[in-house]
Amino acid sequence: MSKAKFKNPVVKWIDHRLPIFSFMDHELNHYPTPKNLNYFWNFGSLAGIALVTMIITGIVLSMNYTAHVDYAFDSVERIMRDVNHGWLIRYIHMNGASFFFIVVYIHIFRGLYYGSYKAPRELLWILGVLILLLMMATAFMGYVLPWGQMSFWGATVITNLFSAIPLVGESIVTWLWGGFSVDNSTLNRFFSLHFVLPFVIVGVVILHLVALHRFGSNNPIGIDVKGTQDTLPFNPYYTIKDLFGLGVFLTIFAAAVFFFPNFMGHPDNYIEANPMVTPAHIVPEWYFLPFYAILRAIPDKLGGVLFMFGSIAVLFVIPWLDRSSVRSSQFRPIFKIFFWILLADCVLLGYLGAMPAEGIYVILSRIATAYYFFHFLILFPLLPYIEKTKPLPISISEPVLSGSSPASAFAFREKK
Amino acid sequence: MNAKPYWFKIKRFIIQSCTILSLFFSSQICFAAGEKITFPKLDWSFSGITGTFDRASQQRGLQVYKEVCAGCHGMRLLAYRNLKAIGYNDDEIKAFASENSVNTLNDDGEVVEREARPSDKFVSPYPNEQAARVANGGAYPPDLSLIVKARSDGANYLHALLTGYVDAPDEQKIPDGMYYNKYYPGKLIGMPQPLYEDGVEYADGTKATADQMAKDVTAFLAWAAEPEMEDRKRLGISVILFLLVLTLLSYLAMKQIWAPIKNR
Repeated sequence: MSKAKFKNPVVKWIDHRLPIFSFMDHELNHYPTPKNLNYFWNFGSLAGIALVTMIITGIVLSMNYTAHVDYAFDSVERIMRDVNHGWLIRYIHMNGASFFFIVVYIHIFRGLYYGSYKAPRELLWILGVLILLLMMATAFMGYVLPWGQMSFWGATVITNLFSAIPLVGESIVTWLWGGFSVDNSTLNRFFSLHFVLPFVIVGVVILHLVALHRFGSNNPIGIDVKGTQDTLPFNPYYTIKDLFGLGVFLTIFAAAVFFFPNFMGHPDNYIEANPMVTPAHIVPEWYFLPFYAILRAIPDKLGGVLFMFGSIAVLFVIPWLDRSSVRSSQFRPIFKIFFWILLADCVLLGYLGAMPAEGIYVILSRIATAYYFFHFLILFPLLPYIEKTKPLPISISEPVLSGSSPASAFAFREKK
Repeated sequence: MNAKPYWFKIKRFIIQSCTILSLFFSSQICFAAGEKITFPKLDWSFSGITGTFDRASQQRGLQVYKEVCAGCHGMRLLAYRNLKAIGYNDDEIKAFASENSVNTLNDDGEVVEREARPSDKFVSPYPNEQAARVANGGAYPPDLSLIVKARSDGANYLHALLTGYVDAPDEQKIPDGMYYNKYYPGKLIGMPQPLYEDGVEYADGTKATADQMAKDVTAFLAWAAEPEMEDRKRLGISVILFLLVLTLLSYLAMKQIWAPIKNR
């Protein structure tokens, strides 16, 4: 660790006893970062900022929210109408959830494209999947809190999934509900968990960062950093790049919050929950649609639940499913094609999740689900035996091998 | 091949992000379009990012609500004091509120009625859902506070519904207490046609056609569902202008900081 020198005597005094300033200097200032990162590496810091935004707005909302079946809906409307700028806080929180998922999904697909999950970053990846799982649980419970029709019926459908577990399923559902239907006890515990889980996410994010800083970021050409000539100090190069990315992100986010705040929501959630009236189509929030499509693609209820959870579970083990030692898709011509097929497959699943489960949609859902698992379970392990990878550059800063220059599209090469 | 210029990377990044985002959003649009019924798209004063409410139309809409809708539909999330936002003064609001009465406790602990005050919420026509259903042949007239937000493409839907009462096709059987409306999902609605020409007499002399009344009451209800809309859009424009400047400055700063690395 390079010894940081501080001029301020107070900082010096504290740092000698509690080296917090040295730590920050090391991890945020000098932290060596590959010099060739592209804009897809902005999404990690954006996800962190989205998380903090959600926590801050969420705490303010919780000060004005009433977790009771008779008052929850009206308390949200009171926030929208009578709390000073309550509409702003709530719309930021509501749209923030969607944007958090957009950012995290891009972050995940970036990891898949550039092989960021491979050794020595397996635990970094696993912690990331854990964050995704926690986010999904948190988002699901948060969506129940306004106690609209989709809140209630979404909660009913999803909690009922656990009844598919043999023998103990029904008991588990009763235990989850705290009663015999989605009711006040359910709302109360969901509020409690929705409040606490984000702080668990913060904890896992810290572990995610510790694991990241152990070996540093992966990079677009996916080869290890060979020395200081390949890296730049995080500050100012990546602090300013992250700030620019944040500006772009916030501009798009603000456009949604201020001009299309309900675009990603469902109109039915502005109808108060009514256990006696079932909505025509019960659909989850858009970020769950691919998983919802997988759930409905399987004709058997327990099978559907297993495949749905399996679609996340498989992500935990992909560092070992992918046998190729080459990280970046830049040097894996076949893998690269299949990456785009996987992305299209996930978007298709999202579309199918929003469609009624009938006719052609069911058949397409099954094909898309089959492809999803084929991609990870069969393609990943087998591809290295078939695929001829392109030659790797010697290092990030060295010119690439003669004859081809696959890295040139991404690497910031020395021009001279 | 040489390294591609920097602007090309930015352009490609933007295109790729837009593609991904639009793919996500298109699934939303497709799902919103689940209903096969299409209704006319009107040019509302409050649509678009700079749209504002038309005060005169809102006030006429309140009159339509009061004289036509309020017999069956409540607006329990609105308080009388909120009407200040559509251009009424304190005295007018006080007078408007006092036409209704609410229950309260007197000093002896007995339930008594008193005149509603501006701080009270709009008094609903029925004490509860059960009473509303009994009075309406089993149908429940929904509360209108959020109706424009609670329906897909709410403003256009509402206008279409209110003007959608036409003669039923011959093969359509109309059960007792049901009415034919070409824009209602399932076509059979429990609400009789509410708006007829000259059903209200507008104070400002506007001709009260059914279409005009439908537009006015929709404008009023759109405001009721999103009373913050004008503030929201106004603030949004300032925020986005600020962010654009911030983004531009950070972009220029980034170019400057990275210049020695790129041109070394």
